[in-house]
Amino acid sequence: MVRTAQSRIKPAGPDPAHRQGPGLRRRRHSENLSGYAFLSPWLVGLLAITAIPMLLSLYLSFTDYDVLTPLSEANWVGWDNYRQMFTADPTYWHAVRVTLTFALVAVPLKLAAALAVALLLNRAMRGIGVFRGLFYLPSLLGGSVALAIVWVSMFNRDGAFNSFLALFGIEGAPWVNDPRWALETLMLLAIWQFGAPMVIFLAGLKQVPTELYEAASVDGAGRWRQFRNVTLPMLSPVIFFNLVLETINGFQGFTSAFVLSNGTGGPVDSTLMYTLNLYIKGFVELDMGYASAMAWVFLLAIGLITMVLFRTGRFWVHYSDAEEH
Amino acid sequence: MRGRLRLLVLILILAVVLYPLIWMVGTSVKSPEEIASNIGLFPESFTPGNFTSGWQKFDVNFGRFFLNSAMVSGLTVIGNTVSCLLAAYAFGRLRFRLRKFWFSIMIATLLLPGHVLIIPQYILFRNLGWVGGDWPYLPLLVPQFLATEAFFVFLMVQFMRGIPRELDEAAKIDGASPYSIFQHVILPLSRPALVTTAIFSFIWTWNDFFRQLVFLSELDDYTAPVALTLFIDSTSESSVGPMFAMSLLSLVPVFLFFVAFQRMLVEGINTSGLKG
Repeated sequence: MVRTAQSRIKPAGPDPAHRQGPGLRRRRHSENLSGYAFLSPWLVGLLAITAIPMLLSLYLSFTDYDVLTPLSEANWVGWDNYRQMFTADPTYWHAVRVTLTFALVAVPLKLAAALAVALLLNRAMRGIGVFRGLFYLPSLLGGSVALAIVWVSMFNRDGAFNSFLALFGIEGAPWVNDPRWALETLMLLAIWQFGAPMVIFLAGLKQVPTELYEAASVDGAGRWRQFRNVTLPMLSPVIFFNLVLETINGFQGFTSAFVLSNGTGGPVDSTLMYTLNLYIKGFVELDMGYASAMAWVFLLAIGLITMVLFRTGRFWVHYSDAEEH
Repeated sequence: MRGRLRLLVLILILAVVLYPLIWMVGTSVKSPEEIASNIGLFPESFTPGNFTSGWQKFDVNFGRFFLNSAMVSGLTVIGNTVSCLLAAYAFGRLRFRLRKFWFSIMIATLLLPGHVLIIPQYILFRNLGWVGGDWPYLPLLVPQFLATEAFFVFLMVQFMRGIPRELDEAAKIDGASPYSIFQHVILPLSRPALVTTAIFSFIWTWNDFFRQLVFLSELDDYTAPVALTLFIDSTSESSVGPMFAMSLLSLVPVFLFFVAFQRMLVEGINTSGLKG
């Protein structure tokens, strides 16, 4: 069921068997009309909610604008916002570092946890549906403010985690109030939500033909070699798919950082994620021009990272369909 | 033996994973003294008072916040299912000029981070008088009625591709228009995809924070997630219990959806690669 992102993302086109003959001109015309009729809400949305705002944001990124005055009074400043961002705003670069650290640590660990549990679950056994469902539950709840609140309380100085450590005579840190540890608690919250990629891994594992394992074990491959030489390559398209999805999500973490720091990015800017910084610049300091420039750099950076992932994917993602046909 | 060990490991991991949730339930019924002293999961004395004091903690009670959340989520469900279904039918089943072009644009918006658009959208909606207007939910809801959640369009296109084309062709030969094919063939057969879209729409909107934080400024209009952040300002010992009680309540609808539609949710992410 789970194919790769690439194999699935292609237009749902009319297949060649259904190309219209010359006699169908009138019908084609009517399909043109009805096609656009059905598409019209989406087209309006694309224009008004996506395209125009993007252009407006591009324009604003070259201005100084505080939202309180009419749009016509936005002050053209050329490349100043970008120049300041890249050369004169240490907080900006700090937020970039925080976000990269978060994504580089949390995403691989989350995927590793997802894969490990998926492998454990990939056996015919009773109650597997219950396990799968319960492991998935955090993915549904974890992004909420409510859960972030619980998480932060759990890692407070006198929270549940320290009480647990105290059982072993260890005195814990005030994790969420300690700049050295605050971001780690947020990473842990992200990893805790490993259920969604796990479910996708499970479906991928079901697609690996059992003959391959049989052949490998006939050749004398042990469990580890089977995992390395059969499971991993066969699963690589799914790993790749999860990696792209989780990376893009990882860069956008906002809610948990907002809740932990009460919207400031603290303690000492240790949880100042990119999107939180953008929110503060735009909606607290009302520096909408600068925040727009930040948004555009963010968009380009995410596009670039996705592209790099796709490029490197060529070297390690193994598409079995492509070779067999 | 191997199977037992596997089961044991799974149960251990599950215990760790579920611990925060169980701890939340336990803490929500502990008295302030117990929250400070009793580190166990369960309270020695049951204190339902946290729920009543949390409910009335602010000038506007939580019933209002939950109603606001329910309204925003409910209308979002309607907007998303209807508008995304229409777009998906066009992309998936109709042949019209530039279809491939528009489809690739739709795929491109799939990965567009919402944070990038929030500032210009805020400015536009503000200029239209929608932000803090008579009905402050317009900025949250109008986009949902214009099929801007590309995920759902994509999900339904994928689903419709699986509906046999012969059905359309047969109806066409009988002289059915694209509208009646939509109404009599595609719509009834798309029910599973519609239900998946509705459930995910509800859960995502119910949990959404960023957009609601940006667009809602009056206490009366707050949704539950925005209202919950008010607790963060006042983390005295006595407010932890009420804060947990309201947090727990706010997760109940999502949990009920999970219980009722667990299978569908899990299969939903399978077919589409959707994030939970």
